[in-house]
Amino acid sequence: MTKGGRADNEVAARDGEPLTLVMPGPVVRPGQRPDFSHYGAFAPGAFRRPAVDDSAESMVDLATGLIRVLDDDGNAVGPWNLNLDASSLREGLRVMMLTREFDRRMMIDQRQSKTSFYMQCTGEEAIACAFQSALRTGDMNFPTYRQQGLLVAAGYPLELMMSQVYSNTMDPLHGRQMPVFYSAREYGFFSISGNLATQFVQGVGWAMASALTGGSAIAAAWIGDGASAETDFFSALVMASTYRAPVILNIVNNQWAISTNEAVARGQAPSFAARGRGFGIPALRVDGNDYLAVHAVASWAAERARANLGPTLVEWVTYRTAAHSSSDDPASYRSADEPSAWPLGDPIERLAKHLMVLGALDESQLATLTEQVESEVGAAQLKAESFGTLKDGPKPSPREIFEDVFKTMPESLASQEREAGY
Amino acid sequence: MAKMTMVEAIRDAHAVAMERDERVVVFGEDVGYFGGVFRCTKGLQQRFGVSRCFDAPITESGIVGAAVGMAAFGLRPCVEIQFADYMYPAYDQIVSEAARLRYRSAGDFSAPLTVRMPVGGGIFGGQTHSQSPESLFTHVAGLKTVMPSNPYDAKGLLIAAIEDDDPVIFLEPKRLYNGPFDGYHDRVATPWSRHELGEVPEGYYNVPLGSAAIRRPGSAVTVLAYGTMVHVALAAVETYGVDAEVIDLRTLIPLDLATIVASVAKTGRCVVVHEATLTSGFGAELAALVQKHAFYHLGAPIERVTGYDTPYPHSQEWAYFPGPERIGAALARVLEG
Repeated sequence: MTKGGRADNEVAARDGEPLTLVMPGPVVRPGQRPDFSHYGAFAPGAFRRPAVDDSAESMVDLATGLIRVLDDDGNAVGPWNLNLDASSLREGLRVMMLTREFDRRMMIDQRQSKTSFYMQCTGEEAIACAFQSALRTGDMNFPTYRQQGLLVAAGYPLELMMSQVYSNTMDPLHGRQMPVFYSAREYGFFSISGNLATQFVQGVGWAMASALTGGSAIAAAWIGDGASAETDFFSALVMASTYRAPVILNIVNNQWAISTNEAVARGQAPSFAARGRGFGIPALRVDGNDYLAVHAVASWAAERARANLGPTLVEWVTYRTAAHSSSDDPASYRSADEPSAWPLGDPIERLAKHLMVLGALDESQLATLTEQVESEVGAAQLKAESFGTLKDGPKPSPREIFEDVFKTMPESLASQEREAGY
Repeated sequence: MAKMTMVEAIRDAHAVAMERDERVVVFGEDVGYFGGVFRCTKGLQQRFGVSRCFDAPITESGIVGAAVGMAAFGLRPCVEIQFADYMYPAYDQIVSEAARLRYRSAGDFSAPLTVRMPVGGGIFGGQTHSQSPESLFTHVAGLKTVMPSNPYDAKGLLIAAIEDDDPVIFLEPKRLYNGPFDGYHDRVATPWSRHELGEVPEGYYNVPLGSAAIRRPGSAVTVLAYGTMVHVALAAVETYGVDAEVIDLRTLIPLDLATIVASVAKTGRCVVVHEATLTSGFGAELAALVQKHAFYHLGAPIERVTGYDTPYPHSQEWAYFPGPERIGAALARVLEG
């Protein structure tokens, strides 16, 4: 029998039996042994760095590989090692540490009722922080809710982020948005919606506008593994593909969409990056816990966009070390052994180790940096708290409810405001 | 002045807006090379180039989502949804994104885009080419909703919509594209060339959003209508010899409440007419506002004449359509009261 014949026989054997579905579930549930070997199998330095104008079809293997630069011993290896200078690397380490410390403090504040809600990005800091280092002033991120590192790396004042989280009188969003849904146009950070995936196609539209007006700015759109199942993900890929828009389409695969494993949205596809092939969009899968790999791939994708070569789809592989949010307890749906079984390590520890291998950092300098970071976040917190928190102190006026619905308030709304009497 | 159909007036509005402001870009399904299935964008690509007017793939969420991003960048996109019935994939982008971007970012970003879409029945379009979803937009904080009833207003309102700093939903009654349809589907159609509002000024003018027009002054009853139903109401008033004041709302949000209240205070009677389904239709909002602001002037309950609470049927569309007979019967009821 030929192979084809066997396949036919299999179909014939199944025909007549009741149909069944693949019901989605995680690889591992609590009490079971986690297995992330499919990521760990890719060696640092193993994948080539194509020319930016290579065809999408010529690099389809990169969508199911894993681009890595830092090895387990802290060495930078392979063609994606851009040999960043020590001061850039130290700055990368600093902003990742700032982001983590910021998250730690805000999570404590949530437990103390200074805010209603919080979302950490613990373990995912390298993606946003290193990505931002590849952007220029004028470029625009369309983030989802775990890219606070973009703001931190862009130098956005921490006290303004905190004030947004506290909904205090210094909150740039006047208390209207849930915590972490920042907006900072001047820092290249589009207003976070809270609805999933909508920003992905807006980023494409922004990039199209830049190109339509003959500009040089590019856009970066962000989405999670789970939300990539939304219609707007596919709308974005179609629009980006049709018009070859100067946009970087980022999928952060942190393994979990609340309690739903990444495999549920991915389905039978070998990776999320593999979605790019059908759209003719170059797509790469990258170790998202590797600051050097993130910086190198982000720079490559940005160079493609700036050279008018169009969109790039990047799947950043990482692990959501923290809970989904302050309202979530992952112990009920994932194995307690998962973090220890995770093969791609912690981004801060890995970059610190690399700096030590380079001789650009020692234990005492790291301790000093830690102190500086804690002190900077602490000072920002003192300042932000002086403008109030959700629990205590001054609050935005209820009059803010009625402002900014329209540029000019219509009479129908003005009458409601008068009735409210604020 | 020139004689124009509503299609030509809409086309001219695009051209005027694009000529005046290079930030205006126009795109949608079939709108570029072909000029749109109703021909409202015909010639724009040839005149302004493919960077200003272009075709889009069939992805309404992609079209409106991209337009939100373009508007946030600083452009003035004016996009076409081929039929309002196809709008739903874009509804999230309209409701959750365009409408709230200014509010949620406290003015850091805004979405000054116009979303055009043909609405209403009368072309045997069945349940997927006949809907009037205006109340799905008027219910949303942060959107302006416009529905012209004639070429003059269509041009002036569309220019005002594109110039507006907030998102505008621009609903075009497709049955009015070529003539002022009066609801008598079995009579010879009148072309816009024989209607005074088919006279359209050349060049720039606008009709401000939020101003209604009194199409027929009267003293016995106020009829509130918009879009196609303005003409149907005028025909009913004529047929049944009622001295009605017929008000064309022109924009639903913002609403010209002052004109409505002044009229009902004068007539003491009110009939609301729309083609959309009855329950939770915009007529409910109008009736609530009239009773709140003119209750002591009312001599009879407010009547609503609307589409039935069913999908829009195909072969039975004239039995469904709220035509002059139904409006005439409602007028008779409120005048008896």
